[in-house]
Amino acid sequence: MIDLAYRPVAAVLVSLLAVPLIVASRRRPGLRETWTFLAAAAKLGLVASMLPTVIGGERVDAAPLELAPGFALHLRADAFGIVFATLASALWLVTSVYSVGYMRAGKEPRQTGYFVAFAVCLSATIGIALAANLVTFLVFYEVLTVATYPLVIHSRSPEAKRAGRRYLAYTMLAGQALLVAVVWTAAIAPGEELRAGGFLAGRAGPAVLVAIFVLFMIGCGAKAALLPLHGWLPDAMIAPTPVSALLHAVAVVKAGVFGCLRIVGWVFGIDLMSKLGLDLALAVLAGTTILVGSVRALAQDELKRRLAYSTVSQLSYIVLGAALGSAPAIAGAVFHMVAHGFMKITLFFCAGAIHARHHLSRISELKGLGRRMPLTFGAFTLGALGLAGTPLLAGFVSKWQLGIGALDASQPIYVAVLLTSGLLNLAYFFPIVRAAFFDGPTATETQEAGPLLTGPLLLTAAAALLLGIFPDAVASFHSLAWQVAGEIASSPPQLAGGAP
Amino acid sequence: MRDHLPLLAIAVPLTAAMIAPLLGRSSVALARGLAILASLLTLAAALGALAASLAAGPVRYALAGWPPPFGIELVVDPLSGSVASLVAAIATLVAVWGVPSPDRPGGGVFWALFLLLVAGLVGIAVTGDLFNLFVFLEISALAGYALLGAHDARSRVAGFRYLLVGTVAGSFYLLGVGYLYALTGTLNMADMAARLPAHAGSPLVTLGVALIVAGLAAKSALFPLHGWLPDAYAYAPPAVVAFVAAVASKVSVYALIRILFDVVGSAGPLSTLLGILGWTAAAASVAGAGMAIAQQDFRRLLAYSSVSQMGYIFLGLAIGNEAAFTGALLHLVSHAVMKANLFLVAGGVLWRRGGCRLDDFGGLSRQMPVTTTALAVTALSMAGLPPTAGFFSKYYLVLGAIQEGAWWWLGAIVLSTLLGIAYLLGVLERAWFGERASDEVGGELPPRLLVPIVTLTAAVLAIGLFNQDLVEVVLRHALPASVR
Amino acid sequence: MTALPLDYWLTAGLLLVGLYGLIASPNLLRKLMSLNILQASIIVFFIQLGAKTGAAPPFAPEHAEVVAADYVNPLPQTLMLTAIVVGVATTGLALALLIGIHRHFGTLDEADILRRLRE
Repeated sequence: MIDLAYRPVAAVLVSLLAVPLIVASRRRPGLRETWTFLAAAAKLGLVASMLPTVIGGERVDAAPLELAPGFALHLRADAFGIVFATLASALWLVTSVYSVGYMRAGKEPRQTGYFVAFAVCLSATIGIALAANLVTFLVFYEVLTVATYPLVIHSRSPEAKRAGRRYLAYTMLAGQALLVAVVWTAAIAPGEELRAGGFLAGRAGPAVLVAIFVLFMIGCGAKAALLPLHGWLPDAMIAPTPVSALLHAVAVVKAGVFGCLRIVGWVFGIDLMSKLGLDLALAVLAGTTILVGSVRALAQDELKRRLAYSTVSQLSYIVLGAALGSAPAIAGAVFHMVAHGFMKITLFFCAGAIHARHHLSRISELKGLGRRMPLTFGAFTLGALGLAGTPLLAGFVSKWQLGIGALDASQPIYVAVLLTSGLLNLAYFFPIVRAAFFDGPTATETQEAGPLLTGPLLLTAAAALLLGIFPDAVASFHSLAWQVAGEIASSPPQLAGGAP
Repeated sequence: MRDHLPLLAIAVPLTAAMIAPLLGRSSVALARGLAILASLLTLAAALGALAASLAAGPVRYALAGWPPPFGIELVVDPLSGSVASLVAAIATLVAVWGVPSPDRPGGGVFWALFLLLVAGLVGIAVTGDLFNLFVFLEISALAGYALLGAHDARSRVAGFRYLLVGTVAGSFYLLGVGYLYALTGTLNMADMAARLPAHAGSPLVTLGVALIVAGLAAKSALFPLHGWLPDAYAYAPPAVVAFVAAVASKVSVYALIRILFDVVGSAGPLSTLLGILGWTAAAASVAGAGMAIAQQDFRRLLAYSSVSQMGYIFLGLAIGNEAAFTGALLHLVSHAVMKANLFLVAGGVLWRRGGCRLDDFGGLSRQMPVTTTALAVTALSMAGLPPTAGFFSKYYLVLGAIQEGAWWWLGAIVLSTLLGIAYLLGVLERAWFGERASDEVGGELPPRLLVPIVTLTAAVLAIGLFNQDLVEVVLRHALPASVR
Repeated sequence: MTALPLDYWLTAGLLLVGLYGLIASPNLLRKLMSLNILQASIIVFFIQLGAKTGAAPPFAPEHAEVVAADYVNPLPQTLMLTAIVVGVATTGLALALLIGIHRHFGTLDEADILRRLRE
């Protein structure tokens, strides 16, 4: 077995190693897809094998690789990192199955390039998750940007290319901001790695620290679809649905919020955030994004665009939790990364199944489809209810924690924000469900998409349900979330923006 | 033997240049083979001298036995050794390619000019005498004018205008040297460095240094003295440009570094000069990138990109601390490699598809996957994406800028990087994701053309991944004493 | 050095004439001639550096006692021999390019040529 110390590196590299194999088997789709599955399974296995150690309170540390003075690539699995890594690799495995079904149903071209790009993206995502210092984070973050671009413009249509250019414009700008922020941090705090509680306190005056924070937030916020840097996400929905599902509901956007949370908890620290008043500003921004995203979702007729705006809104739950800073808020934020991942991917899988089987993508066209695709729409309903925060589903757990966290931080207004968002969620999801099941012509026979498409969405919906009832049932996500909170949260009660 | 290496590095290409036309009469392939052999020997000599200088201090050779400061001295220290090795390495690869174009490999005279250019550039790098530098500067310049100009009518016009600017630049350099000679009575660089401080603050020093800097800056195509460059690069065969673009301007920068930091040092108005250089460089990096975006011809795009990238190098010099200077030197090396590679790719596209405009890049990945991958890696490196060579030089530059608080210049770096991403990724988008050209003949480039491209691409990745070793082992020692 | 300052002013004037001609002439051949004038002015400058009133040319019988102040400084003259050669080579190359340009464009007017180049 691979020694524990090498597993972080192995987890990152395994899908890169699959790339030449995928390219070599480009004329044999069965073999090509097998390599993808094997790589995904291996990645999940490696990540999962590190879980027990991390749950036990230890971290899995790989040896750093120095590339320049003060510039070392260093991977380390701590509680927060392993949560993201497990989520990403588990969902990659599921999405790989789904991708195969989707590509075959649509007879999509350029599948080799697609699977190659996916493999590279997942390597980068795990690299982001397990990054032990800002520089490693930056490197993998940029690689992720470049590797996702071919997936966005997969169809090569003019709209796809436009969406791709827009995506690059946002993410490259963010990348430069992130670069300056990382280098600046290295200049004022040389040799420092990510540390729970932050390491920037006292390193420079407040003006400099605020400037660095703003740059970091631009850098991570673009991928996290934080207002006003969210514009690329709805347009990116032009990509094939598996891409939207995994990357733009899980990997890329979660990398953004992961980054935001890392900056808040491991670079600045909650206390410094509070002293500089940054927590208040971030909370306002997150709250605004939550509401604006939900409202814009109402106006969309394209199903995937509605889901995109929902994502914009839901991601800011996590940013809000980071801003609030209290232990339940942090735990809720981390758990929401997982919960939203499972729920949103279910919804995207459903959208893709609907498109693959019936070639429909507009909400107005979905009347009565629920009766012909009961499994798919059943899963959709579960996911939608979960996102709205219905009890017994994963979304409720995280929302509840966030609400408690807001009260703990003496910011009750955000409870109102969360509740409003929940209502808006119902407002934009319920009509879809109702129209699917209760409107339109009655069904004569079920016309589900194939098993490769329906299976995964049922699996993720079931996971969302399972996590709602037994939050620790899968990978001890819930305990890990509280472990993270224990590492970085402020001691309650926390007065945001004021004295501790 | 060790002491003779600097001389060999110049004498070998010079002698080969004289033999090449004779060989060319019987067979052009022989002349080309001679060029490859001579470049390899030069590379060996330069690397040997570099290694020797790293181990035991600068390698010095007095020409004809006349001791300095009266005689002309050749000096190889880590900085000049690196530059000489860089010149020879890229010369070898371009010679393997077979300039000016794969199917018109140029006569014996062409290879003679090529070798003269190599000799001139290496000479600039290893000389320790200010006037000797002028001589080699003009040798390389003349060879450059001929190489760039002698193809078709358009290249002749571009070459002539380059000649005008270049000769004025060289003359200004000479005039500046004249002033310094009048003041100190010596032309030997080390001797002048010892004598100049006594005249610090004198208007003659200021004027002399200003003239030298202006001349060398024009040769490096520093904005706004860059006007000659886009035409000269656009109308000459890409493979020729690959060598000239990659290396010639870098050697002029080397000369500037050597004179400004080692010879003049604190005796001259260094901080004012560096301030002016910094602001012009900031303008260069942004303006060059901005103009590159508007280009439809790939070679012109690369030419303006060079203007922009040279701006980074000058910015690093102007910021002046150890990190920024390291970034400048690292960029000097990495940009040479990247630009050479991009021009060779341009040459490949021109050869296969008959045109080198951006439209001609559509669907390139289908026809020439290896070449397009090389293009992608190099373009991503120029755009500064990790973990390539271009990223690390940018990292050092940004670090240096932040440490010095040079916020406007940092803004220029960031802005020009974003613009650079725009035009480079635009090309990549066409190559990987563009429409296929309807009538394509042939597949990947033949090995003779592919080997230099792949080698350079590997170098781009290697410099990135091993930049730590490069900096620690070589570049750190190449920093001028005042910066360390 | 005991040369009169007036010499240096004249040299400077020569340089400016060359520079002006280089920039302002519409004809490429004239630009080349102005370039030659510019180069010549620099050569003259160097020679002036070494000149001394009443000094002898730098020849002396072998083993004779040499007082440097009595002789003209030979070094600038040596340097300028090289510079003259460089100038000649440059001019030769430039003329070769001009012949080719004239053959193709039929004119040596810069504005004309540039206009046709851009088309």
